[in-house]
Amino acid sequence: MILMIGFKDITLWIHQMLSGYLNPGWVVASEALLVGLAMILLVVIMAVAMIYMERKVAGFMQLRLGPMRVGLWGSMQAFADVLKLLLKECLTPNGADKLLFSLAPFVVLTVSFLALAPFSFAPGLQLWDLNIGVLYISAVSSIGVIGILMAGWSSNNKYSLLGGMRSGAQIVSYELSAGLSIIAIVIMCGSLSIHDIILSQSDGWWIFKGHLPAMFAFVVFVIASTAELNRAPFDLAEAEQELTAGFHTEYSGMQFAMFFLAEYTNMFIVSMVGTTVFLGGWMPFHIVGFEAFNHLMDYVPSFIWFFGKTFFILFLIMWFRWTFPRMRIDQLLKLEWKYLLPLSIINIVIAAFITIMGWHF
Amino acid sequence: MEIPKQLIPLEDTPGEFVINVGPQHPSTHGVLHLRIKLDGEKILEIEPHLGYIHRGIEKISESLGYRQSIYLTSRMDYLSAHMNNQACSLLVEKGLQIEVPDRAKAIRILMVELQRLASHQLWWGSAGLDMGAVSPFFFAFREREQILEIFEETCGTRLTMNYITPGGVMNDLHPDFVKKVKALIKQFKVNIHEYDKLLTGNIIFQKRTQNVGFLPRDLAISLGASGPVARASGISCDIRKLHPYDGYEKLDFSEIVMDKGDSFTRYLVRIEEMKQSMHIIDQLIDNIPEGDYRARVKGIIRLPEGEYYQRVETARGELGVFVVSDGNKTPYRIKYRTPNFSNLGALQYIAKDSKIGDLVAIMATLDLIIPDIDR
Repeated sequence: MILMIGFKDITLWIHQMLSGYLNPGWVVASEALLVGLAMILLVVIMAVAMIYMERKVAGFMQLRLGPMRVGLWGSMQAFADVLKLLLKECLTPNGADKLLFSLAPFVVLTVSFLALAPFSFAPGLQLWDLNIGVLYISAVSSIGVIGILMAGWSSNNKYSLLGGMRSGAQIVSYELSAGLSIIAIVIMCGSLSIHDIILSQSDGWWIFKGHLPAMFAFVVFVIASTAELNRAPFDLAEAEQELTAGFHTEYSGMQFAMFFLAEYTNMFIVSMVGTTVFLGGWMPFHIVGFEAFNHLMDYVPSFIWFFGKTFFILFLIMWFRWTFPRMRIDQLLKLEWKYLLPLSIINIVIAAFITIMGWHF
Repeated sequence: MEIPKQLIPLEDTPGEFVINVGPQHPSTHGVLHLRIKLDGEKILEIEPHLGYIHRGIEKISESLGYRQSIYLTSRMDYLSAHMNNQACSLLVEKGLQIEVPDRAKAIRILMVELQRLASHQLWWGSAGLDMGAVSPFFFAFREREQILEIFEETCGTRLTMNYITPGGVMNDLHPDFVKKVKALIKQFKVNIHEYDKLLTGNIIFQKRTQNVGFLPRDLAISLGASGPVARASGISCDIRKLHPYDGYEKLDFSEIVMDKGDSFTRYLVRIEEMKQSMHIIDQLIDNIPEGDYRARVKGIIRLPEGEYYQRVETARGELGVFVVSDGNKTPYRIKYRTPNFSNLGALQYIAKDSKIGDLVAIMATLDLIIPDIDR
């Protein structure tokens, strides 16, 4: 570590300080509270940053400036919008299933928060080093579709119902290729733990080390996770021009904001998975043989590496959204079941073969 | 051809359900109301409901003079305001046998072709928007904005111009007109390649529009479709070629006719038409004749007793104006044959058995303007 004080030292210091005042049970409880607050803070800050980034990226791609009025270069725009949503009334339509209708945003958001647990943002900055980390993330994030189906069903709106059904078909399909593309790397690395996957990339990121299968898996991962996020060109569940807003047509105020926050949190999670599995997590960029260059790269703090790569993938996803038209539902499912899934399976076989022969670096 | 008489019932039946698209829906571009019977994602039946923006323009025109009723026509197909005004002006000129000065004719064609460009640009942007691509809209508005600025300088307004009047045009061109139009055309010839890069060449866009929404040639004829919609089905129906007016016969341009009849062909026809419009403007912009911009016409126009019909090619097809005059200063009866009304008729046949997403794509390539349907 280049930093004089690592994140591990900070967490240890907090733990020792709390132990000095409280008995062990309270220490665990207060630490859980602190960690939970830290996660919520992180997600909210990231969501605001991503909303601002999305608007600016969209603006520059569309020959305009994006938000410019609130704050310097419109930087306060997202806060103003959150304030507006907080003050708005949450309407429940007539004939809606009130319980499911109010529960759906919470389900979607809770699931997004659950999936954040095993990520390692920097050395020592990890909530829970689960030995099945990657599996946990993909398992938990697939619960989110239940919330979307609940929202679509309970709204008593035919557009919402169509959106919910589309979303269900889409997320269930694309989870397969998203999972299989990660498995290609898991095979090479030999571990499901996030920490181990990152450490295994200290001599080179998997996208470079893993030959063609890793690169192919990365492309499939980006496509499949964009589809899982319900973002353009796969935003059929929302499909503003077809279904007005799909499953969240009837939501307003903070209930809508929770769907929105969940979408951006999921974007953040997907980018972090991509970063961790393919782009080396918080590992700096190294080229074998260029010692001076490698040494220079080590000076960049690890969390900057991590968030830099995360934002790179976020930018890719935003780039898709503001460039491509939307696909049709049959084309969407055809792409998954006829192309991505068979190719991913073949890719896993090749990856396994390469691993057995020891051809990866 | 069988005309469906059965209206779609209000209630859902098992396995099928009915949704209302519009009158407030983002992709109907106005207050068009479609009742759609669905089986899952598949469309079983479509029933357009009209009348949400019916203003009785034809009836109002019966109590207005020939000059006054032209102002209302700008509000029909608001993206082809110049063409609508031109149709009425040509009809009056035909009735009174007024010779329009050459300069006025040239100005009219320039304005009309600029309007066609602006209309097709807006269509291109909104077609992308309907299929979920937001960025094309802004690229389209970049050029359209320049055209509207040119209109604003000469005509005073941007949308409802009322610039073309019986006998010629309202007032002479702005001194900057030629310079600005040249700059615009030069720029647009470069920028139209961006249109191709963003949408035409995009694989998702092609898959969405190719082999979707077939309008067969004979169906197009029996529905009275016109404009790019009909020309994409292989019907030669460009009024500028078939019944030239205002000096189109002297210009070199070609009628775009393609014969596949799907959504992508309709798209390509409009893209090619933009290039033809630029070609027409290129020929005229340096050769605007000197002279009067308006012939002398009496203040109160009284058409001789009889029936008159005049048609022009708007950005969306054939606009026909039919007037029965009893010799008074107001028409006895006026009837507009608007292109969008006939083109809308195609929707329930060609969007049948397709997906909801296709319906939006088909409506985008039909390029419907709702106030023109209802009048």
